[in-house]
Amino acid sequence: MMEPVQELLKNKVRSVSELENLRQSILRQRDPSRTCISVCAGTGCRASGAEAVVDAFTDETERREIQLSVELKETGCHGFCERGPIVVIRPKRVFYQQVKPEDVPEIISETVLKGNIIERLLYVDPVTNEKIVYEPDVPFYKRQTRTIFGANGEIDPRDIEDYIAVGGYSALSKALFQMSPDKIIEEVKRSGLRGRGGAGFPTGRKWQSCRDAEGDIKYVICNGDEGDPGAYQDRSLLEGNPHSVLEGMIIGAYAIGSHQGYIYVRNEYPLAVRHARIAIEQAMDYGLLGEDILGSGFDFTVMINKGGGAFVCGESSALMASLEGEIGEPRAKYTHMTEKGLWDRPSLLNNVKTWANVPLIIKKGADWYSQIGTAGSKGTMIFSLVGKVNNTGLVEVPMGITLRRLIYDIGGGIRGGKKFKAVQTGGPSGGCIPEQYLDIPVDFDELNKLGSMMGSGGMIVMDEDTCMVDIAKYFVNFLKEESCGKCVPCREGLTRMSEVLSNITQGKGKKEDLALLEDLGGILRGGALCALGTTAANPVLSTLHYFRDEYTAHIDGKRCPAGVCRELIQYSIDLEKCEGCLRCLRACPTGAISGEKRKPHTLNQGACIKCGACYDVCKFNAVIRQ
Amino acid sequence: MARYWINGESWVEVKDAEGINVVHLSVDDKEIRVSSGQTILEAVARMPGIGNIPALCYHPAVKPYGACRLCTVEVSEDGGSKSRFVAACLYPLKEGLIVKTNTERVRKLRKGIIELLLARCPNVKRIQELAEEYGVDKPRFVLGDQDCILCGLCVRACREIIGKSAISLVNRGIYREVAAPFYAYELSEDCIGCGDCAYICPTGAIQMGPDGKAVLPKVKIPYPEIEAMMQRETVATS
Repeated sequence: MMEPVQELLKNKVRSVSELENLRQSILRQRDPSRTCISVCAGTGCRASGAEAVVDAFTDETERREIQLSVELKETGCHGFCERGPIVVIRPKRVFYQQVKPEDVPEIISETVLKGNIIERLLYVDPVTNEKIVYEPDVPFYKRQTRTIFGANGEIDPRDIEDYIAVGGYSALSKALFQMSPDKIIEEVKRSGLRGRGGAGFPTGRKWQSCRDAEGDIKYVICNGDEGDPGAYQDRSLLEGNPHSVLEGMIIGAYAIGSHQGYIYVRNEYPLAVRHARIAIEQAMDYGLLGEDILGSGFDFTVMINKGGGAFVCGESSALMASLEGEIGEPRAKYTHMTEKGLWDRPSLLNNVKTWANVPLIIKKGADWYSQIGTAGSKGTMIFSLVGKVNNTGLVEVPMGITLRRLIYDIGGGIRGGKKFKAVQTGGPSGGCIPEQYLDIPVDFDELNKLGSMMGSGGMIVMDEDTCMVDIAKYFVNFLKEESCGKCVPCREGLTRMSEVLSNITQGKGKKEDLALLEDLGGILRGGALCALGTTAANPVLSTLHYFRDEYTAHIDGKRCPAGVCRELIQYSIDLEKCEGCLRCLRACPTGAISGEKRKPHTLNQGACIKCGACYDVCKFNAVIRQ
Repeated sequence: MARYWINGESWVEVKDAEGINVVHLSVDDKEIRVSSGQTILEAVARMPGIGNIPALCYHPAVKPYGACRLCTVEVSEDGGSKSRFVAACLYPLKEGLIVKTNTERVRKLRKGIIELLLARCPNVKRIQELAEEYGVDKPRFVLGDQDCILCGLCVRACREIIGKSAISLVNRGIYREVAAPFYAYELSEDCIGCGDCAYICPTGAIQMGPDGKAVLPKVKIPYPEIEAMMQRETVATS
């Protein structure tokens, strides 16, 4: 006999009631009390060995012949990448972290079969030293608002039925059958959603402008060309919940009258590409994409375009040039892309996260959505919290949360008990925000006021051992390489900026250099062709503004206060404190340290390459860095 | 009625003709009317004595590109309360637009761009002239010795006018340069030796060689690590 779900799928889903019947029959087949081992197989956990853990679970469940009573689910990113590989055992949601394949038999025999907790795999709260058993109680998750990201831990991204089971595609059926395109745009406008890709342009206005634009052929584009160092939220969303992005795109296409969509995703994200492709195929099979979607008469198809990895292709006009097969260079946007975009047709481009917000707004309504956030920035934002914090990972919080809550409550504070120095928001073109602004609410407008930006949600935390001049140099060098090279201010300006910063970090800086950097910043801001160039000076200008004394220390004092710039520091051994333990002597890669056991060691400056290995291994603080 | 400037000093009053799309705008405090569908640079270039807009990557024969940014002007779309920088070669005229082509801010920005260009190409006559006009004495940077400013005029002329695309801009950022397909400096059969690229080049970086084909500028980047990279790429592609 055929299963009811398969029975329904002999033909595609052709109406709202058929979709609801399908959902009900999927839910009927699923027993909510059944044990489900959910293994995070996002890129972060894969890097820490999640695939081997999944294999071990498969083998072990087969060996014990329990594969029918226990469900094993490979999910997308849970966000807490610092502690990966993560395993959550439902329905109780027992949370195990840093799980290794050898832990698997014990998890099966103890937790799955007997319900016992394995203490050593639990997460220990570094603040209270308490062991935490259940996922919702982990402080990292507890203080988040996971409206977009929440489903990641529950669904297998390769299985459309998992998405339908958690209410997926109900927003699409509502949009197609209960709302007119104008009503949808009105709802998106009222929600206050702003573009999550960086600029924060009001999404509803963008949609309206594309709907109003003249033309029979219009395109819908999903920008998944995330390339900021340290950011991977778009990646994790496409990998972990591709259908939410797809559903948003179909709703957007219906609202503006488009029948062709593109997902532009970088080729370096193989899992995101694969999962997006599977999602498109499954949605086509189920009649949720393609011709006559849900029997509404509306047609829409989506193609995937793999980007070659140029950072600048995240800029909308460069992305469209790349889609057209041209060099990925930005064009002037004096005529909006919503009027003349891809192949000069009206084009609606939104970021992955923006698209994923759409089904939520349609399903729960603009009134519900606009309750979250601040006056000017609504909803939640997914940040990739990285750098010198204890809990690195992806966090979703309401707009308006303070930096302090993000970094200390969710991020667990600064690593190694060091002192906070600055946080860089918004990717490489963002600014560095110092400690005195930790209590500002994080939203589009507040970050702009501080000379930084929301960007795509990158958040890099720096501690007292970070040299701000070095950081500025790092970002300028990144952008110098990633600039398309089309316009003079960006190509030449960044090259020269990098030259000046290199000189400063090598102790060759001159007094006039600071004014020169500011001049270059002005040329970039005023003259560059696209947003990459106009914002590229932010890391330099913001550090010059908030950490000017560090620049002058490098230039006038020829010293690096954070002890980072090699040309400006010197290591020596404090003979009083040195216990003669030989640790530094063994660690030194160039043999610059000599001495005997239990006698103070000496460091030969001529042979020292200033790598700091001795400084790191010394247990007696006897290595001095100046 | 609108004032139509014949040149920098004299004007005539004209009535808008029916059926012709015109836009009224002000350029450096002079009210003008021109047919719509043009860019600021196109309109101003036709009015001697009005405005002062330099440009290196613009040529009326090819599509505007917006790379040199020297044609940056200040515009206001709301009657003057808010203004911003735009590239005159790309900005389409709009009714009521206020354009300022030579304010202090504009001159400062252009001066900065010219300083950067002069540092890259200190021996190019056209840039030396611009430097003199904008008061750039000596660039505050290490001087390069390039001739090519990467304006892309040669590439656009070859593609748009000749229809050959024998050359292209390759690579990005500081590695950008003009090259033939597969990163060759020697041109292939696609080059018909028309000399268009050499003719349109604003800096004389492209010359015609003895074999009747264009000789492309070799970009000499003053960084050892980049040169090492370029060497590797040349080896890899040859």
